[in-house]
Amino acid sequence: MTTWTPTPYQVVTRTVETHDSVTLVLRPVAESLPAFSPGQFAMLYAHGIGEVPISISGIPGDGTLVHTIRAVGAVSRALHDAGPGTVIGVRGPFGTAWQLDGAEDLLVVAGGIGLAPLRPVLGHPAKRTVLVAGARTRQDLLYQDELAGLSDVDVVLTVDHGDHDWHGRVGFVTEPLASIPLDPDRTTALLCGPEPMMRFCARTLLGRGVRAERIQVSLERNMQCGIGLCGHCQLGPLLLCRDGPVTGYPTAEPLLLAKEL
Amino acid sequence: MQVVLDLDGLDALIGVLRQDGRVVVGPVLRDDAITLAELGSAADLPSGWGVGTGPGHYRVRRRQDTAVFGHSAGPQSWKRFLHPPRRALISSDPAGFHPVEDNAPDYAFLGVRPCDLAAITKLRQIVGGRAPFVVAAQCTEPGEVCFCASMGCGPAAGSGYDIALTERIDSTGHRFLATSGTGEGAEVLARVPARAASPDDVALAEQDVEAAANRMGRAMPELDLRDLLARNRDSAHWEAVAERCLTCGNCTMVCPTCFCVSVEDTTDLDGNAERSQRWASCFEIDFSYLHGGAVRTSGASRYRQWMTHKLGTWHDQFGTSGCVGCGRCIAWCPAGIDITEEAAALAGSEQP
Ligand SMILES: Cc1cc2nc3c(=O)[nH]c(=O)nc-3n(C[C@H](O)[C@H](O)[C@H](O)COP(=O)(O)OP(=O)(O)OC[C@H]3O[C@@H](n4cnc5c(N)ncnc54)[C@H](O)[C@@H]3O)c2cc1C
Ligand code: SF4
Ligand code: SF4
Ligand code: FES
Repeated sequence: MTTWTPTPYQVVTRTVETHDSVTLVLRPVAESLPAFSPGQFAMLYAHGIGEVPISISGIPGDGTLVHTIRAVGAVSRALHDAGPGTVIGVRGPFGTAWQLDGAEDLLVVAGGIGLAPLRPVLGHPAKRTVLVAGARTRQDLLYQDELAGLSDVDVVLTVDHGDHDWHGRVGFVTEPLASIPLDPDRTTALLCGPEPMMRFCARTLLGRGVRAERIQVSLERNMQCGIGLCGHCQLGPLLLCRDGPVTGYPTAEPLLLAKEL
Repeated sequence: MQVVLDLDGLDALIGVLRQDGRVVVGPVLRDDAITLAELGSAADLPSGWGVGTGPGHYRVRRRQDTAVFGHSAGPQSWKRFLHPPRRALISSDPAGFHPVEDNAPDYAFLGVRPCDLAAITKLRQIVGGRAPFVVAAQCTEPGEVCFCASMGCGPAAGSGYDIALTERIDSTGHRFLATSGTGEGAEVLARVPARAASPDDVALAEQDVEAAANRMGRAMPELDLRDLLARNRDSAHWEAVAERCLTCGNCTMVCPTCFCVSVEDTTDLDGNAERSQRWASCFEIDFSYLHGGAVRTSGASRYRQWMTHKLGTWHDQFGTSGCVGCGRCIAWCPAGIDITEEAAALAGSEQP
């Protein structure tokens, strides 16, 4: 079945982001895939090793694909190590996108590698964009130079464990969320990170009057096909490769609260 | 078109389907079970063999008559052919990525039970592939673990067959009322020696099938199962099932609609790779693996996932139930766990 057949792309540039993460820019070898929207993902195939879901982390608009990959296992390690010229198989675009229609103030909250799928949103022409991004340590924070150069986004960075070279906040992303100025009636919140982080952040935001329907989360489950055929990405009623990863909080909350769903 | 075939007519039907280049698959007796295999002629059918089933129990037994479709669901289902246990998807080499053509033959399935007919429709809705030619065998003698009537999938054949047969053995002989469901089915039947069906033939067949509906071994409780499961994610009952469930995954393997697969790579010495899919089970611990560990580690969460998907969330995902009431999961569960009993127990556990 052709739906299983990747389209060859070639690594054009490989930028080291942190000790375990890189950003790859991929160019089609011949044919190209339809355009991706922020929040959607691709299945990236490393020859002979395997295929994993990776979000789009940038949309340059020139037909290239941008992905930020954290090496955590065999496939992500192979993709992470792919130098310029390496051919990677790509299938997509898959899944739902961040819903930005009618958003006034954007509140973007990311934990760890969760910043990657949110990065394309930072260029969205919202009235006001606030980014709250957290990571374990200073060394795990993605895109630090780029974020420092963003003029139209208020950036709040925090790390779980500080050191003497870190002059910013120390603590979880929930802490700044409790205090940053926000207008709950105008706020659309986009969250991506570990599940407990998203739950705590959403609870904090609900407590501050942000409407549940205006909170979106990006959910993660094992994915082996991206096209509703393998069954691995189920989260209750959802097939996350199709009905997610971006999900409205009213749908997501009861699913996140159930144990081992 | 409705005609009556005798055993020679059934044999001729198999012959015509084979002449047209189809691989005819149907029930055969093999290794003390009724399994599915290619049929050369009607002589390959399990004439005079029936089955006895129960929770964790399946035995073939001799029948008093020579019925060829006198048995309920066996350990295999048509899934084996429409969605093989292992299938190559693509190959990868320095020249690029190449789809592996689906080289499945042109199948004719003969003796498809109404529950399995419904299962074929549900499975194909997900996995696609070429439509088989289907000769259904309506149910006149349900088994002990059958509950298709309460799932709306039998004992009469629903839509999707090309020809439906109703077998009958009485003082006037051994015969099959054959009803065409499609133009192709009618064309095939027209090439088989048969006599016209009388109003009596039709009435008797209808009676036999109707009577079967009242002789089902089991029934699913009559309530909205999707709602029941959705509101019972945190029920203590899952723990109670987990105490008996071995998480062996037999139920998912024998289920005619369970479609989940895992995808894996194999490489040869020249560095060429092949990606293939193989049947997977939501009872495998790695099924829900994420970096850092599996999501569903407890037996309770895995049984809940399976049963909730079959009876509840399949509706959300595919607009229909994932269960057709064939009873295979009950017969082939080494612990004798019965999905109809568990649904009833879950509903019962809700009462104050
Ligand atoms: C929608 C989506 C978007 C993602 N976007 C990114 C991204 O932009 N950047 C990034 O670095 N990572 C992303 N991930 C996580 C990434 O897919 C996993 O880190 C990766 O699958 C790990 O595979 P592995 O073989 O390297 O690791 P192993 O731990 O060896 O994994 C073995 C297998 O388990 C499965 N698996 C393991 N971890 C995950 C996981 N976290 N999510 C889904 N399946 C998993 C995969 O099928 C994998 O092949 C995303 C995951 C999802 C579901
Ligand atoms: S869940 Fe059990 S009874 Fe229902 S279709 Fe599957 S095997 Fe048959
Ligand atoms: S319910 Fe029965 S067949 Fe299914 S995994 Fe448990 S023990 Fe195995
Ligand atoms: S990733 Fe295979 S069904 Fe969703």
